[in-house]
Amino acid sequence: MSQGDSKPEVTSPTARSAATLNTPRISIRNLDFFYGGNKALKAISLDLPERQVTGMIGPSGCGKSTLLRVLNRMYDLYPGQKATGEVMMDGANIIAPGVDLNQLRSRIGMVFQKPTPFPMSIGDNIAFGVRLHERLGKAAMDERIEWSLTRAALWDEVKDRLNTSAMGLSGGQQQRLCIARTIATRPEVILLDEPTSALDPISTLKIEELIDELKHDFTIAIVTHNMQQAARCADQVAFFFLGELVEVGRAAQMFTAPRQKRTQEYITGRFG
Amino acid sequence: MASDVTGHIVKSFEQDLLRLRTLMSEMGGLVESQVALACQAVLSRDGAAAAVAVETDPKVDALEHEVEQFVIRLLALRQPMAQDLRLIVASLKITGDLERIGDYAANVAKRSLVLEQFSLPFSLTGLAHMSRLVQEYLKMTIDAIGESDSDKAVEVWRSDENVDQIYNALFRELITYMMEDPRNITPCTHLLFIAKNLERIGDHATNVAETVYYAVKGEPLTGARPKGDTSAFAVARPPGQ
Repeated sequence: MSQGDSKPEVTSPTARSAATLNTPRISIRNLDFFYGGNKALKAISLDLPERQVTGMIGPSGCGKSTLLRVLNRMYDLYPGQKATGEVMMDGANIIAPGVDLNQLRSRIGMVFQKPTPFPMSIGDNIAFGVRLHERLGKAAMDERIEWSLTRAALWDEVKDRLNTSAMGLSGGQQQRLCIARTIATRPEVILLDEPTSALDPISTLKIEELIDELKHDFTIAIVTHNMQQAARCADQVAFFFLGELVEVGRAAQMFTAPRQKRTQEYITGRFG
Repeated sequence: MASDVTGHIVKSFEQDLLRLRTLMSEMGGLVESQVALACQAVLSRDGAAAAVAVETDPKVDALEHEVEQFVIRLLALRQPMAQDLRLIVASLKITGDLERIGDYAANVAKRSLVLEQFSLPFSLTGLAHMSRLVQEYLKMTIDAIGESDSDKAVEVWRSDENVDQIYNALFRELITYMMEDPRNITPCTHLLFIAKNLERIGDHATNVAETVYYAVKGEPLTGARPKGDTSAFAVARPPGQ
């Protein structure tokens, strides 16, 4: 891994609350986003601390998924959508024109709400993305496949059927395959957009355990509608409402004593 | 506690939280009357009041138990957050303190029955003053619970020092009576314990105040609490030594 093997010592949610936030991997400053004439993000400024998890919460339509889409420039696929402001990573503004999008998306991977395996074998699902960016020999590719499936806690379940179709996996396995596919290109940042909303509770816990593991190597942002999940997974939690970042803070503080009234009302279920 | 926000979307949760508040208020009311009866029993030699204070204790204990069970259920079933979480956890601590206050009141009441058998050659003005203060602060504390009033909580928290100071004075006074006449030793020992119990009631009231403050504000009441109980170091020497 390019980010080295040093592991943060703190992983449990309770211990996390006492640890400090790392230096930012991505710094968002004054970000506005437009769907045509509709301003969906308003002057967002937020840091994603390196090798820690940022949870993004807020009601539907608050802009949290839009923010993820900005971070790996998914929006570029759609005319009429534009972002202004700064999203700084390694001293460069990744939303500026002229950024190599393929390279950007290999550095910032994304996993979606519904598992989206390609209709091909399990092994090819992993190899597909890697081939776009790297030329690896068979041995190196096999190694990469095993590495990513192991990191995604799926290896033991699929190692004997790498050549069978990925469509035969369970929903939870498919989602872990998608995570494996994302980390196979060895990104630095992983964006998870409600990765467990279509999964059963046990599969959900496996993904959460995986997030705890992955953050040793990756900077992670997760959008979730499940408050408890944000509390369990995140080091830092950001609350969005109507395109604004209302409050951001350490997870323990956000869920025990949020400072803003709107955050309080949302996380206690008093909204509206 | 922070009740300045709109109601919960899930109405039954709102009702649960209301029930929790009601249970706490009920318990607070019982304990308040228990302390009042106990003080009356001592100061007015009122055996009937003492009996009622002692009989109230099991009801207080039962309420504490009920709150405990209810809180465990709420935590398991509602997964509360923020001010709801703080209220629910606070109620567990508050009822624990209230239960202790009830125990002290019952103990004061029991000792009053022993005291009744003695004629006291001195007045109980100091103790009367102390019991008035303790009851006043306890009332304020229980109001703070019911009204989620962090200002009242701070006031109680700051005032406990006054109770400590009267306790110190009483401590010396009672030792002096004992030195003057050994026949005073039995009633004065009971009076010392009574005063100590009242002082402890004040301490638990300040604990409750701290908890209320945290539940309302989301941050602990910081800074050293003014404390004035120096009786641990008090020495009274017989005249001539």
